[in-house]
Amino acid sequence: MRRARLLPYLLVAPSMAFLAALFLFPLVQTISLAFHADGRWSLGKFATMADDLDFGDAVGNTFKLVMIVVPAQLILALAMALMLPHLRRGRDLVLWVWSIPLGVSDLAAGLVWLAILTDRGYLNTILFKLGIIAAPTAWLTYETPFALFAAIIVAEMWRATAIVFLILVAGVQLVPKEFAEAAEIFGASPWQRLTRVTLPLLKPSIQTALILRTVLAFEMFAMVITLGGRNFPVLVSEAFNWQDTNQDYGVAAAYATLVMAVSLAATAFYLIVMRVRPEDRS
Amino acid sequence: MRALRRGIFTTGVAALCAWTLIPIYLVALSAIGGESVVNAWPKPFWPTQLSLATLGTFMNLSGVWPATWQSAQVALLCMLLSIVLGLPAGYALARFAFAGSNLYRLLILLTRAFPVGILALPLTVTFIRIGLYDTALGVALVHTALALPFAILVSSSLFIGIPREIEEAAWVFGCSRLSAFFRVVLPLATPGIAAIAIFAFVISWNEVFAAAVLTVRHRTLTAFLLSVLSESPLHVQFAGGLLLVVPSVLFIFLVRRYLFAIWGITNR
Repeated sequence: MRRARLLPYLLVAPSMAFLAALFLFPLVQTISLAFHADGRWSLGKFATMADDLDFGDAVGNTFKLVMIVVPAQLILALAMALMLPHLRRGRDLVLWVWSIPLGVSDLAAGLVWLAILTDRGYLNTILFKLGIIAAPTAWLTYETPFALFAAIIVAEMWRATAIVFLILVAGVQLVPKEFAEAAEIFGASPWQRLTRVTLPLLKPSIQTALILRTVLAFEMFAMVITLGGRNFPVLVSEAFNWQDTNQDYGVAAAYATLVMAVSLAATAFYLIVMRVRPEDRS
Repeated sequence: MRALRRGIFTTGVAALCAWTLIPIYLVALSAIGGESVVNAWPKPFWPTQLSLATLGTFMNLSGVWPATWQSAQVALLCMLLSIVLGLPAGYALARFAFAGSNLYRLLILLTRAFPVGILALPLTVTFIRIGLYDTALGVALVHTALALPFAILVSSSLFIGIPREIEEAAWVFGCSRLSAFFRVVLPLATPGIAAIAIFAFVISWNEVFAAAVLTVRHRTLTAFLLSVLSESPLHVQFAGGLLLVVPSVLFIFLVRRYLFAIWGITNR
């Protein structure tokens, strides 16, 4: 009996110890690194971070990206998730094809889109054949900030809509068909059925998808480096530069702490704004 | 009217499929065509010059293959660790009501709200000190921190789906708890566990930040590609990109039945 009561703890202990060593410990370490300078508690690393020329751009770029990409992905993924049940044939195939980008890293996605958007790439070939441009044209330089920004948005839409889509599809499957049918019998238009029945019932899934996606969007960096080099700094690419190029672990940790704070704030924001009653989660 | 709506709908579905697949086709074209295709202008949209020679250069790209091998090692280690650590915990969550189980669940969910890869930053120093820096195991440990929460949650829902009664019947027939688990529960859970393993592999295979920070000479494929972005020729980069994409596409195909178990679970 005694052993049976201990058993769950024994089973959980290894993973607990692992997460303590490789999640909680580096978490505390990161924060402590960020708040120390010259062996004392200080905000010096944050001051260095904020004084850096690229800091303002990094913050602005990151937020601009998240605020455009995340809502756009939610709308696209919602459309895809609502289209899927109406497919008569090949539903599994379509589901697989639409899920493929889920397995593609942001670095790989950056390389994929680089093949399309580079000077002698496929986009320029099409533009050339349409007679819009006369010769290979560069889109991804600091001289074309808008095109670069648009390229990053398109690549991120391509790569990371799949995760939102899958969470929403899982949610749609949980919504009883009877609800929409009942609404239809009472004369609700398709739009009313969407906004009054389906969306409220999908709220828990939408909330989960938004939290997960926003946290991941704040983490994006390899794609930005692949497409734009250092022309489009974001928070995590700056953290990487401070660690890798400047070898100042404190400032890198300050960036990491900032990213974590922003991620937590976003999570709290979604939890409060879209409050979901526990009984609505199923 | 109905036919028209159907037509628009089908076009939409086809367009979204094309939007997903065409970029992958184009990077494959650039990667396998080698230098001549990368420099071609205007570009052909079909593999015109595909020959054994271009395929040969693809196979001989310097640095790409050792990095691919390193990535595979890291991903396999991550897969192994996630399963070994995750299954017992998932089983405990599924079968026992124990004090602190909610707190434990909370810790696991908490990892979601954090960019875990970034936590590799301070580990650099620790890893140098204990000799894990620039090793496959070191990177795999950090990747396991990313994959483990998924492994625990998914395996717990997997075990909940296997009726407790089957296991109890095995005990009645004289199996110990352990042998009942291995003889009865595990065979039933095998496909799901395979999906978890594959998912852990993909998470590790794709991770960039921690891998780049924790390695110098023994780079994983992602870390290698990131470090040579500014200096290596484009066809090498595209080849690397293709090598990154292909296993992921295959794996998503293999685990497609479990995608909901993996992502739908976040609703609970």
